[in-house]
Amino acid sequence: MLAFIARRLLQSVIVMLVVAFIAFLVFRYVGDPLANLLSQDAKMTDYEEARERLGLNQPFYVQFFHFVVNALQGQFGVSYRLQQPVSQLILERLPATIELAVASSIIALVFGVFLGVYTALKQRAFSTGVIMTLSLIGVSLPTFLIGIGLIYVFAVELKWLPSFGRGEVVQIGWWRTGLLTQSGLRSLILPAITLSLFQLTLIMRLVRAEMMEVLRTDYIRFARARGLSQRAINFGHALKNTMVPVITITGLQLGSVIAFAIITETVFQWPGVGSLFVNSVAAVDVPVMAAYLVFVALVFVMINLVVDILYFIVDPRLRDGAKSGR
Amino acid sequence: MHTSLTRIAAALAATTMLAGVANAETIRWARSSDALTLDPHSQNQGNTHTLAHHIYETLVGRDNDGTLTPRLATEWALKEGDDTVWVFKLREGVKFHNGADFTAEDVVYSIERAKSEFSNMKQLHSVVEGVTAVDDYTVEFQMAGPSLIYPNNLTNTFIMDKTWSEEHDLAVVQDFASGASNYAVLNTNGTGPYTLVSREIDVKTVLASNPEWWGQAPAVTGVEYLTIADAQTRISALLSGEVDIVQDVPPQDIERLSSTEGFKVETGPENRFIYFGYKFGDAPLKSSNITDSNPFNNPLVREAMELVLDRDAIQKVVMRGQSIPTGIANPPFVAGWTEELDAYPAPDVEKAKALMVEAGYPDGFTVTLDTPNNRYVNDEAISTAYVGMLGQIGIQVTLASRPVAEHSPIILANESDFYLLGWGVPTFDSAYVFNDLVHTKTETHGTYNVGLYSNPELDEKIISLGTESDQAKRDATVADIWATVKADRVLLPVHNQVLAYAMRSGVTLPVQPENQPSMTTVTFE
Amino acid sequence: MTDLPHAPEQPVPAAKTSRWKTFWRSDIVWSYRRSPVTVVASIVAFLLIFMAVFAPFLAPYNPFNPATLNLMDGFTPPNSNSMGGRYFALGTDSQGRDVLSTIMYGSRVSLFVGAMATLFAMVMGVGLGLVAGYVGGLIDAVIMRVADVQLSFPAILIALLIFGVARGIIPPNQQEGAAIWVLIIAIGLANWAQFARTVRGATMVERQKDYVAAARILGVNPFFILLRHVLPNVVGPVLVIGTIGLALAIIEEATLSYLGVGVPPTQPSLGTLIRIGQQFLFSGEWWILLFPAITLVLLALSVNLLGDWLRDALNPKLR
Repeated sequence: MLAFIARRLLQSVIVMLVVAFIAFLVFRYVGDPLANLLSQDAKMTDYEEARERLGLNQPFYVQFFHFVVNALQGQFGVSYRLQQPVSQLILERLPATIELAVASSIIALVFGVFLGVYTALKQRAFSTGVIMTLSLIGVSLPTFLIGIGLIYVFAVELKWLPSFGRGEVVQIGWWRTGLLTQSGLRSLILPAITLSLFQLTLIMRLVRAEMMEVLRTDYIRFARARGLSQRAINFGHALKNTMVPVITITGLQLGSVIAFAIITETVFQWPGVGSLFVNSVAAVDVPVMAAYLVFVALVFVMINLVVDILYFIVDPRLRDGAKSGR
Repeated sequence: MHTSLTRIAAALAATTMLAGVANAETIRWARSSDALTLDPHSQNQGNTHTLAHHIYETLVGRDNDGTLTPRLATEWALKEGDDTVWVFKLREGVKFHNGADFTAEDVVYSIERAKSEFSNMKQLHSVVEGVTAVDDYTVEFQMAGPSLIYPNNLTNTFIMDKTWSEEHDLAVVQDFASGASNYAVLNTNGTGPYTLVSREIDVKTVLASNPEWWGQAPAVTGVEYLTIADAQTRISALLSGEVDIVQDVPPQDIERLSSTEGFKVETGPENRFIYFGYKFGDAPLKSSNITDSNPFNNPLVREAMELVLDRDAIQKVVMRGQSIPTGIANPPFVAGWTEELDAYPAPDVEKAKALMVEAGYPDGFTVTLDTPNNRYVNDEAISTAYVGMLGQIGIQVTLASRPVAEHSPIILANESDFYLLGWGVPTFDSAYVFNDLVHTKTETHGTYNVGLYSNPELDEKIISLGTESDQAKRDATVADIWATVKADRVLLPVHNQVLAYAMRSGVTLPVQPENQPSMTTVTFE
Repeated sequence: MTDLPHAPEQPVPAAKTSRWKTFWRSDIVWSYRRSPVTVVASIVAFLLIFMAVFAPFLAPYNPFNPATLNLMDGFTPPNSNSMGGRYFALGTDSQGRDVLSTIMYGSRVSLFVGAMATLFAMVMGVGLGLVAGYVGGLIDAVIMRVADVQLSFPAILIALLIFGVARGIIPPNQQEGAAIWVLIIAIGLANWAQFARTVRGATMVERQKDYVAAARILGVNPFFILLRHVLPNVVGPVLVIGTIGLALAIIEEATLSYLGVGVPPTQPSLGTLIRIGQQFLFSGEWWILLFPAITLVLLALSVNLLGDWLRDALNPKLR
């Protein structure tokens, strides 16, 4: 058990290093930070000086080494653009992204499971065909178009919901929440729906497929033979069995929620880490970009680690033959 | 935690103060990007200055028509008998937000800070050798030589409180390369019309009017300054009543906004021109199929390129009428502009074709045009339109469209053969254009002379402008330089940008030519 | 693959008619005929692809030739004549380009990028999957770990990163010519992992079988035998992943274009058209956004529906 976890931890560290390396490699090419740091009337000598001070003249591996050493101590430097410590910037904006991601995941889970079960039980119904076809629109429409469309209908035309931002926020410790005010909750609706559509489609199809397979198994046939009610079979046994893969996939897909959040946050001006990232890319704010990618990698690695360990505990086959990996 | 507590206290104090003012009016004002910092000398950048002007003040201000106006300085003049010294008389009775008096010492401290190593304002003060306080309300600036235009350089240099700054260790401007952030990035103590209540970067900055301000109390007593990056979202916020004033309105939305009940749009010229530049010199272009010569170096080709540039069509279709076509790389606000220079030829494709034949390129040539796609109004669309026009005389252009962060390094490294750029003239003086765009590229001049145009005779004249003390003579030299620049087609100007602010009816915010509007200028109906 | 040693003899094809009959009566065709949605989807997909492939012959104008454009034709509403007297069925955009023609040419770009990227991902994924499944051990572990990372990291982010690296490596004055290939490689590299996983699984199953051991004893490189036996087994799933991957790749291309990285604006894809069109959403020129957006959705939706049907049809358990 310990050996297994140790090996997984080691793999995670390697993944983190690789991500940091790639992130760093890329950021050398996204543009020149000086273009934004220096004013229009700066002289060539000013550019030389600034390059020297930022260490941009140093060889790539030296810059990378400094970055890793500092990152290990939790130091991601100061944002070029906003002149504040990067870790503080990310922490300040994290609550907004987490609230958005959780809200959209809940919407996706609730509606996804419901529609998945419904379409699995009524396979031949006309409504199932409609739902299945409509759900594909969710993955056939780019996120930015959905967002703009929702804003146009619900904010501009109907004026029911706000078009941007988080509304009023309340500070609890370092956590700034929008869940405790009415305007905060109203602001959450449109971005959360936009972000949830892709997940919703995915979960619905997964639940449907799993349900259909489980309903076919001998174990359900036995349950039927034993005279259990249809409801008890569907929800008590079949659905319960489908939930493990659904939750696993939902967890593992958190990475893509964060990524789609980049676009959703930009469209809705949601003050989370995603829009921070986009603003930083535009300004070539390398410290923020690097820290963001490392942060995303960390989230991913942690989720994977937890899933792996849970599997290990749950599945006896893995425990016996831990050597074979997953 | 401490700071947020003080901010809450300040907010409470501000609200109680507001309660006393009759007709308290809060304006919610949105634009595409936030001020970068509150440190007034750290960035020489429009958005940052715009916010700073509400909290801090400068010695000299500028009217919407471009003339200098008294602000913290009430009058200024060259010292009698010595044209290398500027003397500034300061306004008396002015207090900083923390109650401290404003005196000459604060000016000396602030100018020195603006001149210091990590300041981005230092270029504007490079001609200043020293600043001394003669008495509490008189300051003398010793120049390296005569500098007639120097007061123009002071309109964005803000005055800080010396005592407060020293208390918080602010002698050095925030260095983006250092590991720490300084106190002035998030905290302020200015003399301006508004005080800072709270600030959430990239989201919202709240200001309250300063009851102790020396000027006439502004109609707007509270300001919520919001950042909304996406243009469609920004317009939506105005239409849905979530904000009152929106800056950076896309030209295509102006018509619809003005015709919508309850909204209006204020437009006016910006002090910024948009131009195409091309590579001079004999060396063949990097991106062309002509490998034995540089077609751009042929004056006939440059003339042909100007003859197919249909400025009026670009103005009408691409810009929706929201631009002022021009034949000179100099906005009308700037000294040296004349109507004659501003004139441009009517498009003439047949003549352009003939010129191409005469120049020895009857079949045209290929070249890459580098354009930014998020810097100027419709920048990419302007370039796309010009690509089509050049196609009519056989110049086949590949359009390389990039975000400004990628465009700028290519420009600064002289990598581009053909490019689009814009240029603002914050000093309202032609020398600012000549220094960076026309002078031969050296370490200190011609930074944005990407075409590497070089004319030693012009260089000499440009340098002489810096120390010329006779205004009439200086004006003559400026006119002389412009004549050559226009004749040589050093740059190919397209138009001057037009600014548009949209707002709800009942509120009026006049357009400021440098796109730095002040909420003190807002009026209510 | 063609010069396989000791490859089993192919059965002689039966007469054409009987083969056609078998095909017509097969499960796949039956399930196709039974599903009207699929029939409609395939017709729509066929029409869109046909329109894109033959755009140079079908389109009324050539919007990719800038010399033929007249700026003064700009913003002509659908079904009307411009000031210059030319007729535009779907109107023109801000550059005076015919919207119908730009959609045809734009679909061409989008489909080309999507198809090539999917093909690239497929070849790479199948190859790596085979190697991982057959060789096993450390190589397998490395390949599958990378696939895990890739699957958990959002494809868009990966494509953005690859695009960034490519921009740095290619000299600025050659970037625009290479842009479309960079885009293809970026999207392809972001999507290979699904293929690799499927093929690896199938390979591992086959590897255990006796004929592989027999081949090894006979001195034949068993890898080629595997190739011969594994590929037919994975054709179904690979096709399904490929179809859905095509839809995904088209959407990814659109999103990348929306973020401002992509093909040059003078040769717009559907995504670039949408990015340009959305600026005119509030100003009344709805046709510049709406028609390309509908085309993109129809294209992605019909391809997705086909993939969906294919998955159900090829999975006997679900029938």
